[in-house]
Amino acid sequence: MRYLPLTHDDRKVMLARIGAASVDDFYTDVPEAARLDGPIHDLPSHQGELAVERHIGELAAKNRTASEGPFFVGCGAYKHHVPASVDHIIQRSEFLTTYTPYQPEIAQGTLQTLFEFQTQVAALTAMDVANASMYDGSTACAEAALMACRATRRKKVILSGGLHPHYAAATRTLCEAQGIEIVQLPAAVDSELELAKSVDGETACVIGQSPNVFGTITDMSSVAEAAHARKALFVSVFTEAVSLGLAMPPGEMGADIAVGEGQSIGNPLTFGGPYVGLFACTQKLVRQMPGRLCGETQDADGKRGFVLTLSTREQHIRRDKATSNICTNAGLCALAFTAHMTLLGDAGLTRLARLNHETACDLADALEAIDGVELLTPRFFNEFAFRTKMNAEAVLAMLDEKGVVGGVRASRLIPGAGFDDVIICAATECVTADDIEAYADALKEIV
Amino acid sequence: MTKKFTEDHEWIQLDGEIATVGITKYAAEQLGDVVFVEVPEAGASFSKGDDMAVVESVKAASDVYAPVGGEVVDGNAALADAPETVNEDPEGAGWFCKLKISDKSELEGLMDADAYAKFCEGL
Amino acid sequence: MSMNTQGRPTTPAIVANGNGSASVSGSRGLLQREDLIFEIGTTETTGVDLPAPKGRADRLGGVARKAATDLPGLSEPEAMRHYVRLSQKNYAIDLGVFPLGSCTMKHNARLNEKMARLPGFADIHPLQPQYEIQGALELIDQLAIWLKMLTGMPAVAMSPKAGAHGELCGMLAIRQALIARGEANTRKRVLVPASAHGTNPATAIQCGFQVDEIKANERGRVDMEDFRAKLEDTSDIAGIMLTNPNTCGLFETDICEIADLIHEAGGYFYCDGANFNAIVGRVRPGDLGIDAMHINLHKTFSTPHGGGGPGSGPTVLSDALAPYAPVPFIVKGEDGFRLVEDLKGDASESFGRMCAFHGQMGMFVRALTYMLSHGADGLKQVAEDAVLNANYVQVRLKEVMTPAFDGYCMHEALFSDEFAAEGIETIDIAKALIDEGYHPMTMYFPLVVHGAMLIEPTETESKAELDRFCESVIAVANRAAAGEESLKGAPYHAPMRRLDETQAARKPRLKWTPPEPKAIAAE
Repeated sequence: MRYLPLTHDDRKVMLARIGAASVDDFYTDVPEAARLDGPIHDLPSHQGELAVERHIGELAAKNRTASEGPFFVGCGAYKHHVPASVDHIIQRSEFLTTYTPYQPEIAQGTLQTLFEFQTQVAALTAMDVANASMYDGSTACAEAALMACRATRRKKVILSGGLHPHYAAATRTLCEAQGIEIVQLPAAVDSELELAKSVDGETACVIGQSPNVFGTITDMSSVAEAAHARKALFVSVFTEAVSLGLAMPPGEMGADIAVGEGQSIGNPLTFGGPYVGLFACTQKLVRQMPGRLCGETQDADGKRGFVLTLSTREQHIRRDKATSNICTNAGLCALAFTAHMTLLGDAGLTRLARLNHETACDLADALEAIDGVELLTPRFFNEFAFRTKMNAEAVLAMLDEKGVVGGVRASRLIPGAGFDDVIICAATECVTADDIEAYADALKEIV
Repeated sequence: MTKKFTEDHEWIQLDGEIATVGITKYAAEQLGDVVFVEVPEAGASFSKGDDMAVVESVKAASDVYAPVGGEVVDGNAALADAPETVNEDPEGAGWFCKLKISDKSELEGLMDADAYAKFCEGL
Repeated sequence: MSMNTQGRPTTPAIVANGNGSASVSGSRGLLQREDLIFEIGTTETTGVDLPAPKGRADRLGGVARKAATDLPGLSEPEAMRHYVRLSQKNYAIDLGVFPLGSCTMKHNARLNEKMARLPGFADIHPLQPQYEIQGALELIDQLAIWLKMLTGMPAVAMSPKAGAHGELCGMLAIRQALIARGEANTRKRVLVPASAHGTNPATAIQCGFQVDEIKANERGRVDMEDFRAKLEDTSDIAGIMLTNPNTCGLFETDICEIADLIHEAGGYFYCDGANFNAIVGRVRPGDLGIDAMHINLHKTFSTPHGGGGPGSGPTVLSDALAPYAPVPFIVKGEDGFRLVEDLKGDASESFGRMCAFHGQMGMFVRALTYMLSHGADGLKQVAEDAVLNANYVQVRLKEVMTPAFDGYCMHEALFSDEFAAEGIETIDIAKALIDEGYHPMTMYFPLVVHGAMLIEPTETESKAELDRFCESVIAVANRAAAGEESLKGAPYHAPMRRLDETQAARKPRLKWTPPEPKAIAAE
């Protein structure tokens, strides 16, 4: 077997050295009834690369990829171009096959990239500090709610009507287990500012999103002010990191905690994961932060270096008093993010964001011009919602027949809330003028 | 009043109605380099044995318990920027907070310097 | 003759003390100095060529960014060099033995990487219509079947994003089961052994439980007497979280009895599956009476650790907990596979959603590729070779080092620092191994052993490699036993010397900030 270096003779020599008759001797602590006598039945035996590649390849071939034709699906995951060099960098053995940098003397590669990552995320979100990443945007959002409850010693969290429903659900799951009350405002395209009215003296935090799940961008400064007036925190969420190059970032709205999905920068769609959660906050809150943090220091010779720091917040030291049970970060996805962001720089990011916005504007113009199409999103970055007079699922199926993957039906994310005729669509730099024309032509015929 | 000590390595010194509280030299040595201290703010009140403050080294976080009950009248804010003071002068400038004691009889069970020194030797 | 004396000397000259000078560049041979991108890039530079925007009117409604990010960019050659130079300051499995106990640093097969990058998986969106991504759902279903067969469990939740997230999944399922029984408010106590990984108590607390610590016995297993004593009052028992094989690298001998007793007490059995790699193919945890167990795909099934993630933590569930599994999950119908995403119908009893979308698809592809490559026979061999390698290392090292417990180990060998001379600590031994060219073992974990050193070689090391590794460890251990002072300064030959963690924690610098502008010096 190609991944197992021990030879038959090696095993014999080693067993003799140990003084064991066979490997069975090592398993005598296993209760007899639970010992298996041979390989598990009904599972195949080992196979060579070629056979495995065929098997997996056949499954892959059954899927319609985002690059096969006009593609407009967003809602928390976005089809962007990733430079070839990014994938090469993350496949370097020294990054791919290493562990959490517990031994900083031989992990400066990982640590320095994390330090660069934290600096980039803080700058993008316009926040003071960022951690070394979370599993994804949704779990980062849930952790932000818990952090706000710790920091304020309150147990009530208010979610906006534009917060991605998966983020809201993940937050509810984690909070309710700890007896934290969740107030969910009704789903609406443009209602983030409603949060300002809901906040009260018991509120730990309000959570709003921009761009929200309908694509609406909102200056939530008034929400931040209302929250602060009642000593509550304002958590600002985003699911499209590229938007930070053009739209107002959390820090400029007065956010205390900013969380979001970093997939858009450096990471492919991969059916929803692995992605990279971005988590930033004000300096004041840094010791309440979950997850790993990398900090600058010096070695014994006075040379600058980096280490994991403030670990006493974490589970391996504080155990039952930890800020979170999180152990891993999204290491390699964070590296992909940071490598892509380094290639972009401010100049590249600004241009990329502008390009996304203009493409989405072109799409909006084209769809709006169709009779029976009503654009719902008043201000947007690269994503918006529109309504037709037909059921959205049927419209998307008919679009699909014409080769256009037209977006997400809002009712899939928000069932039973009157959004059956609403489609949410995104247009990134990958969308061409021909794609937009194909979408508009197809939709015109359908509605 | 002379300094009194707890088995959890806090010290307390009463001056009139107000007692100053900190962690002992022995504790500071055992913890190693202190990197962060969270002291209570004025106005907070504690019963004897409550978690009152947190002291952290790189590798460990420890809770500091109230040696007696009382209300905090002052926290040593200087420790936030200079946690190393706890190592340098634990039983002086490295004090944690000043308490207005609610029940002086709670002091009675505590050790004096000699008893505490013997207690530490036995650890 | 024509005596041509031109050209270079071809034997090295011997120069006394010739290696002491620092270089002007800060680099040393192959080891290149590399500054932060903020010190080498500019905000105008970009390594990505994009078409110029047309300059059309925007639809931002005034919600525009005010201040620039000021982030530097690098051209592609600069970026490649930056990251490749940094990579060379990292240790990695592909460089040598990475014996971090409890972390399972085994070889990462490159076929797995290739398969995960097939556009049919890497370039599909989690919210595409389900008829467009049937192959993806089928792959998840196939992986689920493997996981259920290998663990002997009836159900598996695929969405947890890492091991600790899987723990959360299992404990939330237990909480939901207690809610269904109307006992969630009374049954709050979760038993956790002192040797447990820190995530266990942290998870229990995150789920609203209280932690009650059980002692270990002198054999490194659960102290059954203490365990029974904890069960005297069963009215508040929610369950137990137990790692098996445990963090001391030992199989819990009394595991079936533990399962029976916790069930009799009305509680559930959460098994931490971090060390499943020691028993995969030889023991099915389902036969031991567990109710839930997460599987770290990045450990047992070799998806890369990537410097700290991403992980993936599918969680198998017993019949008692299966109804409470999180959404989404996949059901197979007559016309293909279907995602259950809403809390109704098949999912009416589910405890809810743990994250956006459907789990770590990229890791699923890698793990299934690994399983198909090994097959049932190969996975059994994986466990046996891992355990054989660990026992071989234990036998060789115990000539010098102090084993924490008697007898055979499972997949990792645990030593205490008893053999080291006064003043030499575990960290000194670990750092000296760096100078030998190895990544140190796990140190100071588990907490129940003084100065613990936990060594997990994994099955992907050859005997020759293990022998070389053992010789280095033995040499360092002998120096430790002799109290050699120089160990305190190790490492000497790594890219960095020991780093000052105290300074990092006292005055945290968590991002780069521009240097203070210096006053222009008078010339």
